[in-house]
Amino acid sequence: MMITLKDLTFSYSHSTPVLQNFNWQVQRGERWAILGASGCGKSTLLYLLAGLRFPDAGELLINEEFLPRPRPQSGLILQEYGLLPWATVRENAELGERIRSFYGADGIHAPRDGSRVTSGLLPWLKRLGLDALSDKYPSQLSGGQRQRTAIARTLALNPDLLLMDEPFSSLDAITRADLQNLTLELCAEQNLTLVMVTHSIEEAAIMGEKILLLGNPPNRFPQIIENPNAGETGYRDSRIYTELCQNLRQRMEIA
Amino acid sequence: MKKRDASLAAFAIFVFWQIAALIIDRNILPSPLEVIPVFFKEIINGNMLEHALASFWRVMASMFLSVILAAPAGLLLGQSQKLNRFFSPVIYLLYPVPKVVLVPIVLLFFGVGDLPKILIIFMILFFQILVLVRDQAAALPSELIQSVRSLGAGRRALFRLVYLPASLPAILTALRQSVGTAVAVLYITETFATQRGLGYYIYFNASTLLDYPAMYAGVLAMSLLGLGLYFSVDWLEHRLCKWQFVE
Repeated sequence: MMITLKDLTFSYSHSTPVLQNFNWQVQRGERWAILGASGCGKSTLLYLLAGLRFPDAGELLINEEFLPRPRPQSGLILQEYGLLPWATVRENAELGERIRSFYGADGIHAPRDGSRVTSGLLPWLKRLGLDALSDKYPSQLSGGQRQRTAIARTLALNPDLLLMDEPFSSLDAITRADLQNLTLELCAEQNLTLVMVTHSIEEAAIMGEKILLLGNPPNRFPQIIENPNAGETGYRDSRIYTELCQNLRQRMEIA
Repeated sequence: MKKRDASLAAFAIFVFWQIAALIIDRNILPSPLEVIPVFFKEIINGNMLEHALASFWRVMASMFLSVILAAPAGLLLGQSQKLNRFFSPVIYLLYPVPKVVLVPIVLLFFGVGDLPKILIIFMILFFQILVLVRDQAAALPSELIQSVRSLGAGRRALFRLVYLPASLPAILTALRQSVGTAVAVLYITETFATQRGLGYYIYFNASTLLDYPAMYAGVLAMSLLGLGLYFSVDWLEHRLCKWQFVE
């Protein structure tokens, strides 16, 4: 079991709990999309998984361990502002390694197991088509190139869990589809467990083999939609996909 | 700005000065052709260099002090809403006070010597840097902090890799914007209770010796001090904050 939420409750001060006695499980290697309208708590759930917020009650376990702080083997990619504006593509992509060498393999800020520390940056810059841009600053890049840089930075650290919060929402349709495919490809290749938060029905249907639908808070029961064909070639044009999108739209209207 | 344009502008100013000197034709406006040789003579043979160094030391000491005190304070306030809420009314009131009116008070308390002069300039620079660094630190998107934390950064790495580089442009901008005022106020403080510094040199040549070419040479030196500091900060900014100047 990769991720286990057991009777988890979380609320921001003095408001309705976003999650209440919430139970949910993610198996290793699964690709999940968390879908919901804004304010449903999907980003909060991701921040909990990232170790940047902490449950009020209940348990959150990743690989049977509690999460007192961000876990070195998890990679987090946000919609925007994830890159240091004063650092070049290369420096940004190296950031994870720099932080790790700051602390050494202490098992807290970096994995104790040195061999899993990094897989080297250069191949990733090449693979993601960034090698020609490595001396550019984020302000000189397109949105898609910025997200590729964020992906390179994360993958260079050899994560086993990829957490993404609306990573492609501000991109144009072509670039978005391109990066969605790239993410699917990388997940398969690197054996990554993926949890991607999105407000887009289409994106959830394309990315998630399983879709967790959240409604207005408080969310008590996970609503899970299976989508086993996601990621297959030609899936975007298939009937199953169109029907799933319709189904999800109806469910979201009810929720 | 291009070097060529700046040199042309400097030349134009000197030409204008020369023409004005020819038209006015009185000893209170000597021509640059008279002043510039005096300027070099005073530096090489006279004691102007000594005065210039005294002034330079006072500005540098104030700059150094204000950066090492205001930048951390600004970072702290920018990161902590609670602290900022507590201090911002005080800063709000003190920031716009023209520090130069405090000159007599600081002189009363600290008397002669370098300290009161350094303190006055320090006060000007301190608030400027404090406010800019604070606003810069507060404006850092929380997404940025969170994603760097997710890479494993604790407080130490966050400081070194995020807060420090983020506050650098604010420090340099603050210095660039206020270095002119600092030199102006330095001039005023040096006309009181001292016998060292370009301010004193200008004042003494003007009011006691009535040596106008030397006075103008002093004015020129003080202008060059201000310009030199401005250009140095500007150069540092281009050098250390390259990302702000990319197209």
